[in-house]
Amino acid sequence: MPDNTSAFHLLLTRDPALFSIVGLSLAVSLTATVLASFIGMPLGALVALTRFRGRVFVMVGMNALMGLPPVIVGLAVYLSFSRSGPLGSWGLLFTPSAMVIAQAILVTPIIAALTRQTIEDLWLEYRDEFSAMHIGAFKRISTLLWDGRFSLVTALLAGFGRAAAEVGSIIIVGGNIEGFTRTMTTAIALETSKGNLSLAVGLGVILMGIVVLVSALAWGLRRAGERFAG
Amino acid sequence: MNTNAVSADLPIEFSEVNIDTGGLTILRQISLVIDAGAPTVFIGPNGSGKTTLLRAAMGLIAPSSGRMTWGGYTQSSPLRRAIVFQRPVMLRRSAFGNLHFALGSAGVTRSERQRRANELLSLVDLEGLGGRPARRLSGGEQQRLAIARALAREPRVLFLDEPTASLDPAATRAIEELIRSVSASGVKVVMATHDLGEARRLAGDIVLLHRGTIVERGVVDQFFNSPATEETRRFLAGELLL
Repeated sequence: MPDNTSAFHLLLTRDPALFSIVGLSLAVSLTATVLASFIGMPLGALVALTRFRGRVFVMVGMNALMGLPPVIVGLAVYLSFSRSGPLGSWGLLFTPSAMVIAQAILVTPIIAALTRQTIEDLWLEYRDEFSAMHIGAFKRISTLLWDGRFSLVTALLAGFGRAAAEVGSIIIVGGNIEGFTRTMTTAIALETSKGNLSLAVGLGVILMGIVVLVSALAWGLRRAGERFAG
Repeated sequence: MNTNAVSADLPIEFSEVNIDTGGLTILRQISLVIDAGAPTVFIGPNGSGKTTLLRAAMGLIAPSSGRMTWGGYTQSSPLRRAIVFQRPVMLRRSAFGNLHFALGSAGVTRSERQRRANELLSLVDLEGLGGRPARRLSGGEQQRLAIARALAREPRVLFLDEPTASLDPAATRAIEELIRSVSASGVKVVMATHDLGEARRLAGDIVLLHRGTIVERGVVDQFFNSPATEETRRFLAGELLL
């Protein structure tokens, strides 16, 4: 059995390095999820509410991209932001910003696909009323997103879960630099490779705790919202 | 009741209208004029085409063949027509929020919405329930809120699809009083019901539908007291029209 007391010791003693890792992990994953939701939710709603040639291919593509391999995304972002890449002049490689972008790319299809399903179901319910009230396209999207907000929490959670658990892309584009781009998942990978299992397991338990806490908060928010908004 | 209402949306005229969907003919050879005045009520057994006729008159369904006009125009902006469906869908917000939304979609300015929403809540006797989630209101309250939401756009014609279906007698009476009040204010009410008592209480004229065709149309007293067709007589006698 590995000794997993060291990570908890660091937690209890409020070790700045550990808090930096936890803080960066949360910041990167939450920012990526928010960014992905700003793109994925309207995109999913748009696909749900519009009929166009090739829509089926878009839907299949969105679903397929939910399983996008993180290392492929990491490689693509790396090539884009590397010095000789098309966006190399931005100087984002090995920064938290690059990690956010990589995670946002991974999370956007998940949020878009789940949003499309939610909005499509809601649209079946609302279609007649909206047609009778002559609601325009933009208003339809914004209203359905608002009225589907409690169901969409699940999409956000799925996205956050994917981002928080992800290591393949951020280790490529972030470089796992101590004190700068090291997150819980990259630290776990590093400590495991070094044989420092106690710290790796401890970090894993903390990561699980955070994911469970965020899920519980979202669930509570959803229940309260449904109770008060109907 | 005010029978002198005038509207740019009226008369609504159907000329030999057929409506087909999914290979089935729902309405066939409908020729009908709906003009201002007391409520026009569509009655008939389930599947007779009442709802489809209402939706077509609202402009939500285009005829497969034949011609429809509103105030003499084949293309009429439906902005002053409103419909309440048999199972109205409440938005996931408060009763007040539902009215705000409807008022906004009707082009009412933000500053006016508060006052109008209060007026509408008062009109449908839902004062004090404005802050309650709309989906938590009772069936009768939701139906009244749906009518208030429809009235938000100050319609000249209001279509109601089975507005009292599955409501208890008290809620039914409240809805019927509201319909009378709306009709008396000059709004043309066109409604579908399978309740003969309700048709008798509310209608100015009645249209009996069966299998997508009009069996008979008449002023309410004449329709009930001296029906012109055998089918109508059988329907009024409570026999099943098959």
